Amino acid sequence: MKIDDRLIEYIAELSKLKLTPDEKERRKADLNDILGYMDKLNELDTTGRPEMTHPFEANNRFREDRVTNGDRRAEMLDNAPAAEGDYFKVFKTVED
Amino acid sequence: MDANDIRGMTALELGKAIRDRTISSPEATRVFLDASLADANRGADGVNAYISIDEEGAMAAAADVQRRIDAGDVLSPIAGVPTAVKDNICVNGGVTTAASKMLEHFSPPYNATVIDKLKEAGAVILGKTNMDEFAMGGSTETSYFGVTANPWDRTRVSGGSSGGSAAAVAAGFAPYAIGSDTGGSIRQPCAFCNLTGVKPTYGSVSRFGLMAYASSLDQIGSIARDARDCAVALSVLSGPDEKDSTSVIDKPLRLCGAIHGEGAAEGLKGLKIGLPQNCLEEGLADDVRARVSEASDTLRALGAEVESFTLPLIEYAVPAYYIIACAEAGSNLSRYDGVKYGFRSDAARDMDDIFYRSRSEGFGTEVKRRIMLGSFVLSSGYFDAYYKKALQVRGMIKETFDEAFQRYDMVLSPVSPTVSYAIGGQIADPLAMYLADIYTVSVNLIGAPAVALPCGAGEGGLPVGMQFIGKAFDEETLLTAATVYQDATDHHRRRPPLKTSIKTTQRKRETDAI
Repeated sequence: MKIDDRLIEYIAELSKLKLTPDEKERRKADLNDILGYMDKLNELDTTGRPEMTHPFEANNRFREDRVTNGDRRAEMLDNAPAAEGDYFKVFKTVED
Repeated sequence: MDANDIRGMTALELGKAIRDRTISSPEATRVFLDASLADANRGADGVNAYISIDEEGAMAAAADVQRRIDAGDVLSPIAGVPTAVKDNICVNGGVTTAASKMLEHFSPPYNATVIDKLKEAGAVILGKTNMDEFAMGGSTETSYFGVTANPWDRTRVSGGSSGGSAAAVAAGFAPYAIGSDTGGSIRQPCAFCNLTGVKPTYGSVSRFGLMAYASSLDQIGSIARDARDCAVALSVLSGPDEKDSTSVIDKPLRLCGAIHGEGAAEGLKGLKIGLPQNCLEEGLADDVRARVSEASDTLRALGAEVESFTLPLIEYAVPAYYIIACAEAGSNLSRYDGVKYGFRSDAARDMDDIFYRSRSEGFGTEVKRRIMLGSFVLSSGYFDAYYKKALQVRGMIKETFDEAFQRYDMVLSPVSPTVSYAIGGQIADPLAMYLADIYTVSVNLIGAPAVALPCGAGEGGLPVGMQFIGKAFDEETLLTAATVYQDATDHHRRRPPLKTSIKTTQRKRETDAI
């Protein structure tokens, strides 16, 4: 696997990250290094092997849909980078 | 009682002294706060174990617990005993930062379940400890708040990611501490700081309120001076939680034997321990290999049957782990978008700009690297070759451990290939940092419990750690064996040298220049 300019830009976009030209070069280098090492897994034949996504067999556990947390609106809005009234504030997202 | 005597006690000893009225909880809390605050005031010359210290809150909590103890409430064996909590575990009332600029001012509107449990048990929280940013690292060098020095040698790292929790206990700023372990983040700093730590079975401790790094691997656990303290802290932390659907409801951990040393008289008679020979070969420093071999002799002398065997696939654990951990991290950290909480860039000019600039300016280098790795291995065209493959290998690794546990009650291995290393020494080479996790990550991939504990001195007198890896939900065997070993040895009683003059080391984030 080779991470080139096009691919590093694509990965940055998927990650919602903006890279400086310098960062781009560094990430290209170390991602190539790391992914090169990860290719070691290709030494193993995994044909037909199940994918283990979770340490244990687990069933969904459902609980009753009742409100247990109190009204934390003010505390939560206090954490917002920008808020107005009872709302989180962001730039306009729809065209006029 | 002298302050240094108090700082030298285990959590259980201090809990008993408080019950016996030899000392009050506020008196004990004051001692640890003074030591912690004095270090914090040393700035760049200090250990830098904490991100925040809650002097007022801790004293108020201690007074409250003391009133309950005086009224005859039996809360727990560690009621009134202070503790320090890793800063990725939400505590309502102060800030919880995950050592990131992204959450520098984040004030959780709720407590993590483990915090509620600690408070019910009468624990007094002194403050929040330093860590690698979002728990991504093995040296606490990626913290936005600067590196934590190792109390054994302040030019060296404390390990990570729970480096602040380990350094706090090693330096006598707290009798025990709470950490989290995704790929060795409790065990490796314990090995570097001569402490005992437990990474519990996945699902035995609620993750509610733990800032997610890799959800199928993360687990909260305890860090202390001996296995008894670890066991008693774990008995407080563990248990089912409705708020964490992965918490296990029908497998309560039995820890009484480990805490009270029941059956310890018989030593380790009949205990079958597997020692993977291939974990003691190339890549392992001589001093670590020697100490682990000596420990296996000691365990044998205590009655255990120690047998060498080959644990296959170990060399595939690191690549499988980093693919899975980064994939989960990339998904988990997509929540940091600069909208509802966390950092927002002032330079943002439109909605997309808020996402891009806030994340680019708010995350540090290692976090960005792992998010990008995660985005890549999950992306269309590469998903099967990397992520799916890693999940299949994870299953194969689980099978090799299942097989080992049919023959052995536990597996003995090193924790880290080396003793603690110089601050700034390895951080510029991320792949080398990842490879140093070889002995710890399998445990997280398979969800098993493991206990790290000191087994002697290596190069320069620095601590060497070993780990006991066990069957799922069999913490008791591991902690009991650790207690028997510690009752027969003195390695865990070694304390870092007291330093009066300290060489100044850099306290900026080591990754900023990389």
